[in-house]
Amino acid sequence: MSFLQLNGVEKMFGNLRAIKGVNLSIEKGEFIVFVGPSGCGKSTLLRMIAGLTEIDGGSLQLDGRDITRLPSSKRDLAMVFQSYALYPHMSVFDNMSFALRLANVDKAVIQQKVQRAAEILNLTQYLQRTPKELSGGQRQRVAIGRAIVRAPKVFLFDEPLSNLDAALRGQTRVEIAKLHRDLGATTIYVTHDQVEAMTLADRVVVLRDGAIEQVGSPLDLYDRPANQFVAQFIGTPQMNVVDTAALPGLDAVVGAGQVPDGFIGVRPENVIVRPAGGGKIPGHVELIESLGADTLIYAQVGASDHGVQLVARQAERTGLRPGDAVGLDIMPASFHLFDRQGRTVGGAGAARAA
Amino acid sequence: MHMKNMALIVRTVSAWLITLVVVFPLIWLVITAFKTEQQAIAVPPQLFFAPTMESFEEVNLRSDYLHFARNSVITSLVSTVLGLAIAAPAAYSMAFFRTRKTRDILMWMLSTKMMPAVGALVPVYVMAQTAGLLDSLTALIVVFTLSNLPIMVWMLYSGFKDIPGDILEAARMDGANVWGEFLHVIRPLAMGTLASTGLLCLVLAWNEAFWSLNLSSAKAGTLATLIASYSSPEGLFWAKLSAASLMAIAPIVVVGWFSQKQLVQGLTFGAVK
Repeated sequence: MSFLQLNGVEKMFGNLRAIKGVNLSIEKGEFIVFVGPSGCGKSTLLRMIAGLTEIDGGSLQLDGRDITRLPSSKRDLAMVFQSYALYPHMSVFDNMSFALRLANVDKAVIQQKVQRAAEILNLTQYLQRTPKELSGGQRQRVAIGRAIVRAPKVFLFDEPLSNLDAALRGQTRVEIAKLHRDLGATTIYVTHDQVEAMTLADRVVVLRDGAIEQVGSPLDLYDRPANQFVAQFIGTPQMNVVDTAALPGLDAVVGAGQVPDGFIGVRPENVIVRPAGGGKIPGHVELIESLGADTLIYAQVGASDHGVQLVARQAERTGLRPGDAVGLDIMPASFHLFDRQGRTVGGAGAARAA
Repeated sequence: MHMKNMALIVRTVSAWLITLVVVFPLIWLVITAFKTEQQAIAVPPQLFFAPTMESFEEVNLRSDYLHFARNSVITSLVSTVLGLAIAAPAAYSMAFFRTRKTRDILMWMLSTKMMPAVGALVPVYVMAQTAGLLDSLTALIVVFTLSNLPIMVWMLYSGFKDIPGDILEAARMDGANVWGEFLHVIRPLAMGTLASTGLLCLVLAWNEAFWSLNLSSAKAGTLATLIASYSSPEGLFWAKLSAASLMAIAPIVVVGWFSQKQLVQGLTFGAVK
């Protein structure tokens, strides 16, 4: 029996089936990330676990107890909101101690717990300030501190980094990872950013249209995506997915007679760009993006009237320019084959355990 | 420069003139209250005279000011507190659990204030009579509460709407039940709205004359009844009327003076920050 269990959880918004029979087992101490495009239901699912949105069907168990109908206040969960949701009329100290005060915890204990959390989050000199006297990053930390102080069974994060600028986002991401390492608390984290998913998660849950597409460790999802959607959602730049009919010469790459009617997917780092004449797939350069540590080469291959674009990524700088003729190669055993419905049917991805 | 000064002067003078027009009846009331009856009906009206407390004494002798004042205080306070107790949960559910019909319900509530009170006079009178509640404080309290409820719900709804919903969700996650949410989050944040709504309705209930006159007389009469009793078939006793009026409005003017900031906020729906 896992720590947090979702069984066939359903949610209807009017006639719309927003969450479709979700089953998920979460172990104690795991860092789970819900990731997916806008509208996939990840925030809805989080709010259903939190108790802020009602569960219409199925059940939710926490630590052996059925909490499907239990109000939020009794579930022993803490949530960090996207907008931080700090109490504007209370000081930082009062914000962080609110839950403990409601539970009539002894004042000395409250003092000690809040002090400890403030130390971990570098908030000790802000304890007497009110939220409007704090910067965005500081408010974020108060929101996290408010959750830590309660030592709940599960931490819930709802896109906590969305409102921060890029530099602060990266910094805070590292802090959250460290926090999880130090506290070891079970965490569910919702984001639309797959970089956050890849770096923070023990396991990632990819959601689309209210249903789970795949659950697995970040690298598991990266190397062995179960379908085209997951393959293209995880990884930046996006995996190249091309209709097998549009790429000539695939027999040589995939193996004679094994090219399916569907799509082939190759990650940019597995596309090798060779000078014209070399490589099994001829084409020409459309665009070069030099990012410093990486260089992205956008190449147009195939016939000019229904040609396709492939993106290649390499660590070395390139002397190529738009218009140059090139030949592309695909690293052996690095491609993924998808059928017309988008399911993985062959290639590296198919080697995943069922 | 010259034009700007001119505009300023014109505006200032207009403001003072309008204020004078509005406040004049009140000033005249205060003056008349300190006159004798002969001075009060003198033509041309006297501005300078020797003030006397004679009218106040007569009013006190003739009728029990304190009795009526007590009734005014009780009916205003109780109806305001009762109204807030009913309106707050209603406004809470409308502000934070909005549905497609919420706007319609609010509009309907407001529409009940658009009908002149006299339209409901006969049914309400008959109901009060049947219930044996004529000339009772209970009837007045019920009617005052119901009259002010739409205003209270509207004002509280506007005030509550300004509170972000996710703060309440955070409170819920922190272990607050509905009452806890109200006590620890809504009340502190909406205190201004609660205060100004309460004060406004207190003033409205105090000034309420129509229902007081029609549903009550000697026993449960409010200060409005007291004033009205001085417009008798014997004639209009201006000085005594003024004295009685002054005694009737004095308490609420004092309350209003000390809470003018909240009242303005309430009357402008918080638009002036």
